[in-house]
Amino acid sequence: MTDLSVASSPASPRLPNDVWAAPPLLVLAALFFYPLSLILRQALFGDEGAFTLSHFGEVVGSPLFLDGLHHTLVIAVSATAGCLLLGFILSLVIAFVPFPGARLVGRLIDTFIALPTFLVALAFTFIYGSSGLLNESLMRLLHLPLPPIDFLYSQWGVILSEVTVYTPFVMRPLLAAFSLIEASQIEVASSLGASPLRIIGQIILPAALPALIAGGSLCLLLTVNEFGIVLFIGAKDVITLPLLIYDKAIQEFDYTTACVIAVVNVALSLGLYSLYRLAVAHFAGSRAGLV
Amino acid sequence: MLVWSRAGRILAWTAAALVFAIVYGLPIGVIALASFSGQWNDVLPSHLTLVHYANALRGDSAEQAQVSIVTGFAASAAALICGSWAALALRNLARLPKRALDVLFFVPSAVPSVSVGLALLVAFSQPPVLLNGTRAIVLIAHFVLISAFTYGNVSAGLARLPPEYEQVAESLGARPFYRLRRVILPLVAPYLIAAFSLSFALSMGELGATVMIYPPGWVTLPVGIFSLSDRGSIFDASALTMILAISTLIVLVGLSRISSKASVR
Repeated sequence: MTDLSVASSPASPRLPNDVWAAPPLLVLAALFFYPLSLILRQALFGDEGAFTLSHFGEVVGSPLFLDGLHHTLVIAVSATAGCLLLGFILSLVIAFVPFPGARLVGRLIDTFIALPTFLVALAFTFIYGSSGLLNESLMRLLHLPLPPIDFLYSQWGVILSEVTVYTPFVMRPLLAAFSLIEASQIEVASSLGASPLRIIGQIILPAALPALIAGGSLCLLLTVNEFGIVLFIGAKDVITLPLLIYDKAIQEFDYTTACVIAVVNVALSLGLYSLYRLAVAHFAGSRAGLV
Repeated sequence: MLVWSRAGRILAWTAAALVFAIVYGLPIGVIALASFSGQWNDVLPSHLTLVHYANALRGDSAEQAQVSIVTGFAASAAALICGSWAALALRNLARLPKRALDVLFFVPSAVPSVSVGLALLVAFSQPPVLLNGTRAIVLIAHFVLISAFTYGNVSAGLARLPPEYEQVAESLGARPFYRLRRVILPLVAPYLIAAFSLSFALSMGELGATVMIYPPGWVTLPVGIFSLSDRGSIFDASALTMILAISTLIVLVGLSRISSKASVR
C-alpha cells in the first residue's frame, strides 16, 4: 500500500515504525519497570547489599505471611464466585426479561465501576456494622441486648463488599455476550417446550462461557489486588497481602519484608493476568474461527 | 424473552429489583443519608444537618478536593498523551513485536497499586533521582496506574477504525502528521475522551498507591476520607465521599456528552 503513495513528496528520511514506540516505552521503563525491579533487588539483597535468600525464606515461612496469603486467596475466590453468580442473574434479567429502563439500569451499574471501592466498605459499616441500620432495627424489633448480626468485621464483610464492587466487571462482558444471542433461538426453544432453566443451561450458559471466564479472571485479579475495602473495614484478623505490605512499609518501616511480600503479590497478580489474557485471546480466536 | 407468563416476569423483575436495591441502592442511600445526619444512634438519624458539607467545604477537606482534582487532571492528561502515543505507534508494527509491546503497556494495570506505591517509594528514595516527599511522586504513581487503561481505550478505538480512511487520505497526498491530525485523531476523539474520563475517575478514587507515598502537604480526597473515618468522624467522611462521587460523576457525564457530540460529527 505504501508504495502507491507516489504523491507523498520529498524523499525525507522516514523514521522506521519501531522508533515511534520508544518514547512511551522509555517513560514506562523509567517510572514503572525500573521501580518494580528495585523491589526484587531489595527483596533479594536487603539493606546490606549482599545476595541472600534468607529474607525471602524468613518472610515466606512466617505465620503472618501465610495467614495473609490464605486470606487473600479465600477472599478473592469467594468474591469472584459471588460476582459471577450475582452478575449472571442480574444480566440475565436485564437481557432476557427486558423491562422499560433495563438499559438504564445496566448503565447505572456500569457507572459503579468509576466510583471508589471504599465507598461500599464505608456504607456497609452504616448498614451491617454493630450499631448499623440492620442491627439497630433487629435489636429494637426483637428486644435483643446485643447486635445479632456480626459478620462485617470478618472476611465475610470484605467478601460481600468486593462482590458489590466487582459484579459490574462481570456484567459488562456478559451483557455484550447476551446481546449476540439470537432472540429467535430462545423463542424457538421455548415454543418447543423448553423450560427457562433448560434454555439457560443449553443455550445461554454455553454462549456466555467465554464472557464468564474473562470476567471471572478479571475479578480474581482485581480482588487479589484490592486494598481500599480491606483497609476501610479494618478487621483486625483479616489481613491480605496488600494490607500486609502497607503495614510493614508504612507502619513499621520494614522495607525489606514489604518488598518480599510485594514480590509474591506481584507474581501472583501477573500469573492471574496472564490467565486473563490467555482466556480472552483463546475465546477471541475461536470465535473468529467460527465466523 | 425468556419468561413468557406475566406472573413469572413480574416475579423475576421484583426479585431483580430487590437484589439491585439491596446491593446497589442501599449503600449509596446510606452514605447519602449519613452525610446529612446530625446523630445516628437509632434506626434512623435523629435529625438532619448540613454541617458535614460545611466542614467539607472549608479547611483541609477543601484543600484535599483541590489536590485530587489537580492530580486527576494532570495524571490523566499525561496518561492520555503517553497512552495515545503508544497506541498510535504500535498500530503499524509487525504482529509479533506489536503483541509483545501490547502486553508491556498493559502490565501496570495488573500490578497491585500498593506494590506500585512501594516500588516508587524504594526507587525514588535513593539516587540517582530523589522524589520521596514531593508532589511529583504522587503524580507519577497515578500516571503509572492509569496509563494502561488509557492505552487500552485508545487502541480499542484505533482497532475499530476502518483502514480505508487513512489509505484514502494517503493516496490523496496527505503527509503522516496531517493524516494524524485531520483524519485519525478526529475519528478516535470519542475514545480519547472516554479514556480521559475513565482515568480521571480512577485517579480520583485511587487509594492504595497514594497512601504509601503522599507527602504531608499533598493529601488526596481518598486519603483524607480514610483518616476521617479512622478517627471516627464517619459522617464527615460520608459527606466527603459524596462530594468525591458526585464530582467524579459530573466529570464523567460532562465528558460523555462532549464525546457523543464528537462522534455525531
